Amino acid sequence: MKLNLPKLLLGLTCLLIAIWLVAPTLVVIPMSFAGQKSLAFPPKGFSLQWYENFFTNPQWFGSLIVSAKVACMVAVVATVVGTMAAIGIERMKGRAGGLIRAVLITPMIVPGVVLAVGIYAVYLDTQLVGTWIGYVLAHTLLAIPFVVIAVGANLAVFDARLEIAAASLGASRLSTFFSVTLPLILPGILSGALFAFVTSFDEVIVSLFITSPQLKTLPVQIFSSMTRDADPTVAAVGSLIFLGTSVIIGLGLIFGMKGRRT
Amino acid sequence: MTLNTASKGAAIDIRGVSKTYGSFTALDDVSLRVEPGEFMSFLGPSGSGKTTTLNLIAGFTDLSAGEIRLDDRSIGNVPAHKRNIGVVFQHYALFPHMSVAQNVAYPLKQRGVAKTERARAVDQALQKVQLEHFSHRFPSELSGGQQQRVALARAMVFTPSLLLMDEPLGALDKKLREVLQLEIRRIHRELGSTFVYVTHDQEEALVLSDRIAVFNKGRIEQVGSGHQLYTRPETLFVGQFIGESSVLRGNHLTNGSDTALTVAGTTLIAPGQAQGDGAHVILLRPENLTVQPTGTGARDGATNIINGTVREMLYLGAAMKYEVTLADGSHVIARTPTQDEPFAIGSAVELAWNPKDGTLLADDGSTAGHEG
Ligand SMILES: Nc1ncnc2c1ncn2[C@@H]1O[C@H](COP(=O)(O)OP(=O)(O)O)[C@@H](O)[C@H]1O
Ligand SMILES: [Mg+2]
Repeated sequence: MKLNLPKLLLGLTCLLIAIWLVAPTLVVIPMSFAGQKSLAFPPKGFSLQWYENFFTNPQWFGSLIVSAKVACMVAVVATVVGTMAAIGIERMKGRAGGLIRAVLITPMIVPGVVLAVGIYAVYLDTQLVGTWIGYVLAHTLLAIPFVVIAVGANLAVFDARLEIAAASLGASRLSTFFSVTLPLILPGILSGALFAFVTSFDEVIVSLFITSPQLKTLPVQIFSSMTRDADPTVAAVGSLIFLGTSVIIGLGLIFGMKGRRT
Repeated sequence: MTLNTASKGAAIDIRGVSKTYGSFTALDDVSLRVEPGEFMSFLGPSGSGKTTTLNLIAGFTDLSAGEIRLDDRSIGNVPAHKRNIGVVFQHYALFPHMSVAQNVAYPLKQRGVAKTERARAVDQALQKVQLEHFSHRFPSELSGGQQQRVALARAMVFTPSLLLMDEPLGALDKKLREVLQLEIRRIHRELGSTFVYVTHDQEEALVLSDRIAVFNKGRIEQVGSGHQLYTRPETLFVGQFIGESSVLRGNHLTNGSDTALTVAGTTLIAPGQAQGDGAHVILLRPENLTVQPTGTGARDGATNIINGTVREMLYLGAAMKYEVTLADGSHVIARTPTQDEPFAIGSAVELAWNPKDGTLLADDGSTAGHEG
C-alpha cells in the first residue's frame, strides 16, 4: 500500500489544530486534582481538596450562587425583551427594522472594556455598582443580541400566514400569539434563553468594573483569586464550569436543530 | 356556547370598493352582490384583484374606499377574528404543531365550545371530508389533498354562513382537483352556506359556480352564470377568457339593426350595433362554425361565409378540430362532428356560420390566453 502523503499531512494538520483548540481547556482538568497549592503543569500529586475548598469556602460557593441567580434573572429578562424585540423587528418591513436590529446587536460588537467603562460611569451616578439590579441590567444588555439573533432566525422560517389563518378561525391577536406563534418559535426562544444564561454566567469584564466585596460573581472571584495567589481552586471551578457549559450548550444545539427541522 | 347547526348563507354586498397600495390601484370601484347560499366564483388572470377582494371580505386588509355589507351589516370596522367567516387558503395554512383533530377543533376552542360538543363537531366535520381515520395524524404526515381536506373541515366546523376559498386546489394535480371539486360542490349543497371561490381556471369556475364574476385589472368585467358568460359575453376579455373562441377583426359599418364587418375583403354580418367609433370584432365559438368545401355557399341560415386554408386538423374522437388560416393571416378554430373524409391540411375551405351565432364586441385589445 502506498503512503498517501497529502492525506497524511491534512490529517496531521487537523489534529494539531484540534489539540491547539482544546488543550488549554483540558490542561485545567488535571491541574484541578493537584496535590499542592501550585498551578504548575503537569501537577504534582493528587487530591480533591480544591473541589472541597470550592464547595465549603463561602467566598467561592457564595459567588457561584450569585452568578447562578444573576444568570437566571438575565435569562428571563433578556429572553422576554429580546423575543418581543425580534418579533417587532420581523413585523417592521423596510429599513427601520434593520436599524433597530443593528442597534440591539451592538453590545456584541463593541469591545467589552468600552462598554464596561460606560456602564461603570453610569452606575457610579445611579449607585448601581455592586447591586443585583446592576448585574442583571448590564448582563441583559450583553445577552439580548443572542436572543434577538436566535429568535429572529426562527421567525424568519415561521410562516406568518398561519396567524392570518388563526384570525379567520376566530382567534384574537393575543390568543394567536400563545396558541400558534409561541409554540412554533419556542425552539428559538429556548436556545436564546440558554445563550443568555451562559453569556451572563461567564461574563467577566463588565462584572469586574461593577463588582463589590459584598456581591461578587464567580468569574470575578476567579479573577481576583488568580491575581492574588496560585490557588488550584480556580482549576477546579474551571473544570466544573467547563462541564456545566458543555451540557448547556449541547442542549442548546439540540433545541436549535429541532427548531430548524420543523 | 353551542353551534348554530342550521346555518343559512349570508348575503354579501360589495359597494364601490377600491383598494390602493401606494399609487397602485389593485381594486378599482368594484360593486357586487352575492346572494345567500350562492356559489360565486371570482375568475380572472393572476393579478386581477381576486385575492384582494377576498381579503377585504375576510378582513385581512383594510378598504381604501367603499363599503362591504354582510347580511346588511357593514363589516368595515369588524376585525377579522370577529367576522365568523371560514377561509380556505391555497397553501392550506394548517398548524404544523397540532394534530388533524386539534386543527379542526381550533375554531371551536376559540369560541369556547364545550369539550364534548367540540369532539362531536370535529368528528362530523372530518367525516364530511372523509378523514375520520386521520384525526391523530399531523399535517406533515398527510398528502396535499388530505391537508386541504383538513383545512376545509376546519373552515366549516364552526358552520360559518360564508366560506371563502382562495385557489384551494391550485397546488394539486389535475385528477385530484377534479375529485375535490365534486366534494366542494357536495359540501356546498349540504351546508347551505354562501361560498366565494377564487380561481384562475375557467373550467373550474364553470364546473362549480352558480355565478361567476370575471375580474380583469382590478375591475369586474361581467357577472353571470357560466352559460351567460359563454353565450353572451359583454366584453372581448370575457369572451376570450371563458371557453375557446376565435376573433375576427375588420372595419365596421352599421347595416340596419346589424353591423357589417369587413374581414380580409369579405363582408360579414354580426347582430347588434357597434358601441362608439372604436374598432370592433366578431367573437366566434368553434362549435358554431361549419367547415365546407370552397364554393358550397350558404345553407341553413349560415350566411356568413369566409375563405381559408386548413392549417391544422385534430381528431378528438367524437369531434374534429380544425385550425383555419384566413387571407389576412388570422386563425380561426372550428369544431365539427367527426367526418369520414376530413379536409386535409392545406386544402382550401369555407367557414360558414349563422350571423346570430357571432358576437359583436368592442375591441378592448385583449388577446386569448387564460394565464394572465
Ligand atoms: N400588499 C400588497 N402591496 C402591493 N401590491 C399588492 C399587494 N397585494 C396585492 N398587490 C397587487 O395587487 C394586484 C392584485 O393582486 P391580487 O388580488 O393578489 O390578484 P389575484 O388574486 O387576482 O391574482 C396585483 O397587481 C398585486 O401585485
Ligand atoms: Mg390570488
